[in-house]
Amino acid sequence: MADNVLFFTELLGMPVLDLKGRRIGRVKDAALVPREHTSRIDRYLVGGGDAWLTVRYDQVAGISRDAGIRLSDELLVPYHDDDCILRIARDLLDQQIIDVTGRKVVRVNDLTMEIRQEGGRATVHVVEVDIGLRSVVRRLLQGGMPGRWIRRVQEPIPPNSIRWELCNVVESDPLRRLRLAISYQKLEELHPADLADIVEDLSPSEREAIFETIDSEVAADTLSEIDPKMQAAILESLEPEKAADIVEEMAPDEAADALSELGAETSEEILEEMEAEPKTEVEELLEFEEDTAGGMMNTEYVALPEGASVADALAALRHNEDLLEQLNTIFLVDAQERLVASVPLARLFIAPADALLKEMASDPLIQAPVDESQDRVTEQFDKYNLLTLPVVDEEGKLAGVITADDIISVLRQK
Amino acid sequence: MGRLFGRFRYHILVFFAVIGPGFITAMVDNDSGGIFTYSAAGARWGYLPLWTLLPITLVLIITQEMCSRMGAVTGKGLSDLIREEFGLRVTFIMMTLLVITNFSNVVAEFAGVASSLELFHISRFISVPLSAVAVWFLVVKGNYRSVEKIFLLASLLYVSYIISGILVKPDWKEAAIYSVKPVLLLEPGYIYMLIGMVGTTIAPWMQFYLQSAVVEKGITAKEYAASRVEVIFGCIMTDVIAFFIIVACAGAIYSVAPKDIQDAKEAALGLKPFGQYAFLLFSAGLFNASIFAASILPLSTAYSVCEGLGFEAGVDKRLKEAPIFYLLYTLLIVAGAGAVLLPNFPLVKMILLSQVLNGALLPFVLIPMILLINRKDLMQEWVNPRWFNLVSWITVAFMIGITAALVAVTIKGT
Repeated sequence: MADNVLFFTELLGMPVLDLKGRRIGRVKDAALVPREHTSRIDRYLVGGGDAWLTVRYDQVAGISRDAGIRLSDELLVPYHDDDCILRIARDLLDQQIIDVTGRKVVRVNDLTMEIRQEGGRATVHVVEVDIGLRSVVRRLLQGGMPGRWIRRVQEPIPPNSIRWELCNVVESDPLRRLRLAISYQKLEELHPADLADIVEDLSPSEREAIFETIDSEVAADTLSEIDPKMQAAILESLEPEKAADIVEEMAPDEAADALSELGAETSEEILEEMEAEPKTEVEELLEFEEDTAGGMMNTEYVALPEGASVADALAALRHNEDLLEQLNTIFLVDAQERLVASVPLARLFIAPADALLKEMASDPLIQAPVDESQDRVTEQFDKYNLLTLPVVDEEGKLAGVITADDIISVLRQK
Repeated sequence: MGRLFGRFRYHILVFFAVIGPGFITAMVDNDSGGIFTYSAAGARWGYLPLWTLLPITLVLIITQEMCSRMGAVTGKGLSDLIREEFGLRVTFIMMTLLVITNFSNVVAEFAGVASSLELFHISRFISVPLSAVAVWFLVVKGNYRSVEKIFLLASLLYVSYIISGILVKPDWKEAAIYSVKPVLLLEPGYIYMLIGMVGTTIAPWMQFYLQSAVVEKGITAKEYAASRVEVIFGCIMTDVIAFFIIVACAGAIYSVAPKDIQDAKEAALGLKPFGQYAFLLFSAGLFNASIFAASILPLSTAYSVCEGLGFEAGVDKRLKEAPIFYLLYTLLIVAGAGAVLLPNFPLVKMILLSQVLNGALLPFVLIPMILLINRKDLMQEWVNPRWFNLVSWITVAFMIGITAALVAVTIKGT
């Protein structure tokens, strides 16, 4: 292995020598100052007698595994804790961090670092976070046998490491997060379902930290993918305003489901903070029993008058761009908003622009009343191979739709 | 009135949402080793040992309550917390000991399976491999929800002990008196028996299992009050079962002729003169208890170890994602069941050995537990109140003393 590679376990306990080559102490910990530099070790904490001393990175002349750390400047200040430093042994080792590319939560066993020579100075940079068996072996043996042997013993085990840039440290204290320049932007780029899996592996306070800081839209998508019980716990832990922002971004049916899991008081508080339009939608849905068609449906659908043509439909779709990803059916309603037909979206592609939608309707029209039981609804999806089922109220008016993904969630929870 | 009912319904719902972990853990506490200990106590000393059940229940509640509280508040398993707060090396040593201890327990459980089914004239060469395969598939192929339901069902089957206790028609008046009247005989055999009864009550694996199960179930600090009720209820039920086992053996064996029994099988046979049903129920109960514990122990062990050492774990992961988890899980079952099939395998000695190991490991689990639960940064307002700390330190000191005595006695006796 290259000589400039240094594992954190090897740095720990390394002797620190002054200008005359006398030993002042051993390395007890090392710290990054993320605001200054994201990967360079900024300080070495050295324990000699009673107090710890701080060695800054620019006071180090050389570092080697055999000889230890040679200083170029002996003016060391006593160590005092401050919020801007990320101490590796204390804050990172043995703790959980998020592996962004692997999309999972992992536990830090060791760090792989690199010694760089920069003009008469030696600096150490964090390169990788080590997880897996190899680093476990290395750490268990550390101190038990000479460093050279340990490297030889661990050599045959395949390494399992994550690049430092792709790690996300989790910190639940918001102030400290700011000082350490920890952001969860990298997480926002993950697929919400992957982020949901990660969040489920964290502790409650860490979950709260993530939901507090990430973009409300991402938060909403992620929350929709989480188990309902945990959804409720997360919403409860957030400030009502933040919770309301997230709930607004959720599909109304999912928002209603999440709120119905909460105690009456908390869900009231969140509703109060919401904008008028999503609020009424959610409130309407909350009226229905959870295990009926009304409780399962959402209100994100496209409905047109019964005389509409393909051109009208395309215009309507342009107005509802945010629905497109999930949409597979267009509904036709009469003057009293009663459901009269459902048209599969794909039919539009092969129809001329002036064709009437009514002529392309599925036959027979399958619909469910709002008070239909969950089991019956599921049965209908199975029987008629549905993707979307319209739900109508007592007067036959279109109230909402149930989509196949709702059914899958129901079945999975059984 | 409606509101009151609504609130009541909410509490009931919360209770059912959290039921599972505490109850299951407490029930599995009466595994083959426990049943043997209680049977032996009843067969030799009749109703005299019954008074110990009250203090035993108390001790059980205190330790179990701490674990489920830690799980609910921190959202982390016990081995996670030990790793984060005490480092890799301590965790590694503890996990190694846990694997050894739990392995001996798994062997003891399969020994219980073998001897209970031999009462029904089924050869152990059929019963043990079949049980091992069934256990492996149940946990690996079932999902958490359904497995938990099966476990809860298995908990109900402990009722068989209550019924067989009643069928024997013991002397209820005497049972009632000695339940509250402490009797201390200064006979070595009696004292050994008392130590054994307390010593089998708390096993290290229970602490790990309970806390992980609470976390897995997603119980939050807010729902914790309901969870505590469940834990207490479970612990009481455990000792109600123990009461009936002792009473059954007191009524059937002691009142005919007090004798030292060598294993639980002998106790079941002792019930035979009191009717086929009493005998059948007692034996079926032993089988249920053994296979129940044999399902949970390997799983819990693999979980704790992988959590603590930072390997992927969980039955919802694929083999490729969590190789170490599956390897450990499978190995424990295969080796545990295989050991029982070895010719001349000392079954009784193995059960005793598992007790000794449980006892030896216990202090190393209980002391870190109390240290952790008093950490304000982990537990916030949920740290132990001062009186509770006093009680739990006394409990722990007492348990350590008792188990040390049990270990000493067992080693001397063999």
